[in-house]
Amino acid sequence: MSDALELDRVSREFASPDGRVYRAIEEISLAVPAGAFVAIVGPSGCGKSTLLNVAAGLLPPSSGAVRVGGEALAGLNRQATYLFQQDALLPWKTVRDNVALGLVLGGARRSDAQAKADEWIARVGLTGFASHYPAQLSGGMRKRVAMAQNWILDRGIVLMDEPFSALDVHTRQRMESELLALWEARPAGAVREPQRKTVVFVTHDLEEAIALADQVVVLSAGPAARVVAQHRVALDRPRDLLELRTQPAFVDLYRGVWAVLREEVIKSQRGAA
Amino acid sequence: MTDGAGARAASPPDARAPGLRRLRILASQVALGVVLLALWQTLVSLKILDAFFVSRPSDILQRVARWIVSGTLWGHLTVTLEESLLGLLAGAALGISLGFALARSAFLALVLDPYIKMLNAVPRVVLAPLFLLWFGLGIWSKVALAVTLVFFVMFFNTFQGVRDADRVLIDNVRMLGATERQLVRHVLVPSALTWIFSSLQTSLGFAMVGAVVGEYLGATRGLGYVISQAEGTFDTTGVFAGMTVLGIVVVIVSAVVSRLERWLLRYRDVT
Repeated sequence: MSDALELDRVSREFASPDGRVYRAIEEISLAVPAGAFVAIVGPSGCGKSTLLNVAAGLLPPSSGAVRVGGEALAGLNRQATYLFQQDALLPWKTVRDNVALGLVLGGARRSDAQAKADEWIARVGLTGFASHYPAQLSGGMRKRVAMAQNWILDRGIVLMDEPFSALDVHTRQRMESELLALWEARPAGAVREPQRKTVVFVTHDLEEAIALADQVVVLSAGPAARVVAQHRVALDRPRDLLELRTQPAFVDLYRGVWAVLREEVIKSQRGAA
Repeated sequence: MTDGAGARAASPPDARAPGLRRLRILASQVALGVVLLALWQTLVSLKILDAFFVSRPSDILQRVARWIVSGTLWGHLTVTLEESLLGLLAGAALGISLGFALARSAFLALVLDPYIKMLNAVPRVVLAPLFLLWFGLGIWSKVALAVTLVFFVMFFNTFQGVRDADRVLIDNVRMLGATERQLVRHVLVPSALTWIFSSLQTSLGFAMVGAVVGEYLGATRGLGYVISQAEGTFDTTGVFAGMTVLGIVVVIVSAVVSRLERWLLRYRDVT
């Protein structure tokens, strides 16, 4: 299977206010196979979001190349959707209009887009809230709307930047389960096994990373973050996230990856102090 | 002016009986007015204040009533409102377009910045005689004066609103496939509109100030003209009557505008 997304020695620098150059990520190479769920973990401030923004085409790399489906990326990544850490719903649009937005932007008829939006609103469990405004919803509900807004476009790659970090623990676990269910779901009436979406999921929470992903990539402490380790997560799917965290295989994996991540977290704390 | 992201309406402390609370506020407002007017009336009656300088509430109300009955008020009021509205519309159109253009072009904004600051610093009263010269004694000199006031409020709010548009919203909509035009339509315009609507009260007040000051300095009709005529004959009752009418009109118009504003920005304070 080919790689859906490939970063080839990607570096990104920023000019800091005092005129010095700050290198956020350095020579990061990463190949994400089509249909894989890859989690990127690292200490705070290690450039995880920068990495994702480069993959999305929102930031051009200072050096190195991004390839999407084998082709060099120029401009925005049109194969990908992006779930932001912050609230990114348009506050002046209702849930229905927010979910339908991508289709409307793509030139779909408003009525068609809204009908499809209603299907997605039902799929993320928000039936009855279609005419609400984002300000009327809880944080968890807003994330569901954002997920529907992204997944309705049916693009091959899903980029997620700590999407659940602002939620409380229980809401967060539910959202993680729902994300996996969405990702693993087969659309009704599909003739052949559909290709799963390729997911790149950035988080600072190692537990979340292992619970969700096929592969965990550990970044070093910033500045000039690099890839320090990649671990395969050989846990069966579908996963029961409520049970998973106490299983020996999960605990062993966690211990293994944490040994690496721990060093980087300590480094980043020393750097910040 | 809006305080942006934090602008979620707090629920009233007395949420059990909001109607009762509003009634209490209204009653207190009326009571305060009555007390102040009674005090004024008494002080004049006791000759502590001289009616020649400050008139008296009963005379002022009589004068207003006479204007209403005789019908002389409506012509003047209509002219003032017409000038204000035209000034508001023209000022808004200019301010919003320029605000948008400058917010989208950093170069243009930097080039024009000192000129805009200079123009905004010019006291409008100074401009009034010039406008009289250029546009004549009719309504257009007053509209022009109102425009110079409204323009800057609208301009600064639009500029700020577009500049302030949430980076994440912009990135999200771009990732969802928006073209530049769609970005403007779905994010930048609505984002600026919250600022523009929030400044509607201020703008409308300024438009009326512009119209009335213009009339005051040279006109043949309008509330400002009525006040200036009264002043010319030391008719303090007429001056206060004119101010009273102006005040009442502003309160009514503000109430309408804040209704409109609440409806337009209804997505913000939803509970």
